[in-house]
Amino acid sequence: METIVNEFMQALLSLDRLAAKRILENTVKKVAPMKFVEEVVAVALERIGAGWQDGTLALSQVYMAGRICENLVDEVLPPGDPDRKDQPKMAICVLSDHHKLGKIIVYSVLRAGGFDLSDYGVMEVDDLFQRIQKEKIEILLISVLMLPSALKIKLLKEKLTASGINIKLIVGGAPFRFDDRLWEAVGADAMCKTASDVISVIKTIMGGKI
Amino acid sequence: MNAVQMTSMQRTLTTLGHREPDRVPFFLLVTLHGAKELGLSINRYFSKPGHVVEGQLRLRAKYRSDCIYNFYYAPLEVEAWGGEVIYSDDGPPNSGEPLIKKFQDIKRLKLPDIGNTPCLEKVLASARMLKEKTKDEVPIIGVVMSPFSLPVMQMGFDRYFDLMVEAPDLFWDLMQINEAFCVNWANAQLKAGATAICYFDPLSSTTITPKDLYLKTGFEIAKRTLARIKGPTATHMASGRCLPVVSDIAKTGTAIIGVSSQENIREMKIACKGKLTVLGNLNGIEMCRWTPAEAEAQVKHILSGAGAGGGFILSDNHGEIPFQVPDEVLMALSEAVHTWGRYPLDWVTDERGI
Ligand code: B12
Repeated sequence: METIVNEFMQALLSLDRLAAKRILENTVKKVAPMKFVEEVVAVALERIGAGWQDGTLALSQVYMAGRICENLVDEVLPPGDPDRKDQPKMAICVLSDHHKLGKIIVYSVLRAGGFDLSDYGVMEVDDLFQRIQKEKIEILLISVLMLPSALKIKLLKEKLTASGINIKLIVGGAPFRFDDRLWEAVGADAMCKTASDVISVIKTIMGGKI
Repeated sequence: MNAVQMTSMQRTLTTLGHREPDRVPFFLLVTLHGAKELGLSINRYFSKPGHVVEGQLRLRAKYRSDCIYNFYYAPLEVEAWGGEVIYSDDGPPNSGEPLIKKFQDIKRLKLPDIGNTPCLEKVLASARMLKEKTKDEVPIIGVVMSPFSLPVMQMGFDRYFDLMVEAPDLFWDLMQINEAFCVNWANAQLKAGATAICYFDPLSSTTITPKDLYLKTGFEIAKRTLARIKGPTATHMASGRCLPVVSDIAKTGTAIIGVSSQENIREMKIACKGKLTVLGNLNGIEMCRWTPAEAEAQVKHILSGAGAGGGFILSDNHGEIPFQVPDEVLMALSEAVHTWGRYPLDWVTDERGI
């Protein structure tokens, strides 16, 4: 698998959709699509995310890799496929902010990792509070770019606490990458410095560890 | 020379010559705090150039900064192209819906006429008034977005990445018109009274663009654009990283590099030695929760890493201090640089390499 991961990663970094597709097609002849997703796609995206975090790779590569993988995985595991994971009910949104790229990347990573989730787009605190209750969301992913938007997560958390609702909040976006303590200050349950970390955080939550 | 107190302008010019002035220059890049000083909402504050002039002068008197920052907000430039600006009560205005909705819209873009665009005219008016009031005692910094970074606001980030891959010809068309705008806009600010132009180019940072792509895009664009700007320029990465490309940035004709808090300031200073003055790199986001003592410790840490020998200006890492940073922290930063920044920095024990 290690060779396949490396080849797949190279294909992604050189924006070679066709090569990535070829690797997928050849591999799923031998292993189940979900195994490919978990052991090749997720691993490659995680390494690309780690490369961004340590400064060796750039955001344009992270974005393109996520997009290519999302499309490929949709072909072998269409939305709603029973092989997609037995997973908590999840939604993602941009909170009170006009910058959608972070959300787009996280959404791609999760879809490429075989997860299903609702995309709420841009939301304000009150509407979001109503909607996650109505749809019985268990994990809410929030992306922001501006600091005032990050600070609004605290208002959402206060509303949730006051109503006794236990939804896990996973947050991310530039302000959190510049202040390691901000996620706790706004009452989130977890924060990811890069989009691809989200899969392991969700797994930890599912394992009851957060 | 060191014993004599210099003006902010002399101090800055000396450090730009890679020599030690009387103390480390302090560029406190505050914008939104001007509204707080005047007791106005952010929206009202930016509606009149007189407010910005008064705000900048009060802030400088209060915090003893070595520059005047005639920056309103980045989306002002998309407003000039007909785009939407969304105001906030507790933060900077943001750009709204992209004005380029389809790639083909690039072909229909019309270059804004600087003299006839009210939002730009406000900035020129405050530059003129500030110049009139301060003469040449303090540098007045004007701001432009780089032609390479502006499209994020013109069309949205994801579509911009898609454009580079899917329609490179249209990407270069967009660069051409953006370069023309950037040059006109910078030169108009210089003519109105700005001493230097800060060229915001975070898309060229290695956080966003890989080096090989940067060398074909952001680098060439910056070289061409800066050559046509008729005054000194500083390049700012808006807290994106740039160490792997800093020697290339030095070749674009800029004098200063604005550096992220995610960089090691000493390594950066060594890499820039004799080529670029380093501006940075206090973490503006963390600053919101610093105590005055932490603020002082951060200033000392940065000065000990990069202060010796000149070629250094103390500032934040983004080119704008968040609205949420308390006044007492700003005051502590100012006091710390006035206390610890006096040259020679004889309290610094290890000056090797810087
Ligand atoms: C490039 C850039 C610009 C460009 C383009 C901005 C844009 N996107 O529209 C330009 C020059 C135009 C610009 C302008 C401004 N900028 Co700017 N900019 C940046 C920079 C360098 C990158 C921003 C970016 O879009 N990154 C791409 C996104 C996708 O990255 P990200 O949010 O980190 O997301 C990654 C992870 O965090 C994670 N993630 C994101 N969300 C989530 C969610 C979950 C659940 C998970 C698990 C993970 C996750 O996944 C992503 C990929 O791994 C940052 C600093 C930095 N080093 O990051 C400042 C920054 C975003 N800018 C900032 C500001 C303030 C502005 C301005 C308001 C300045 C002004 N006064 O005008 C304007 C507003 C522009 C606008 N659109 O209206 C601040 C915002 C924080 C604050 N101080 O409030 C930042 C953080 C700088 C700083 N250090 O303070 N900027």
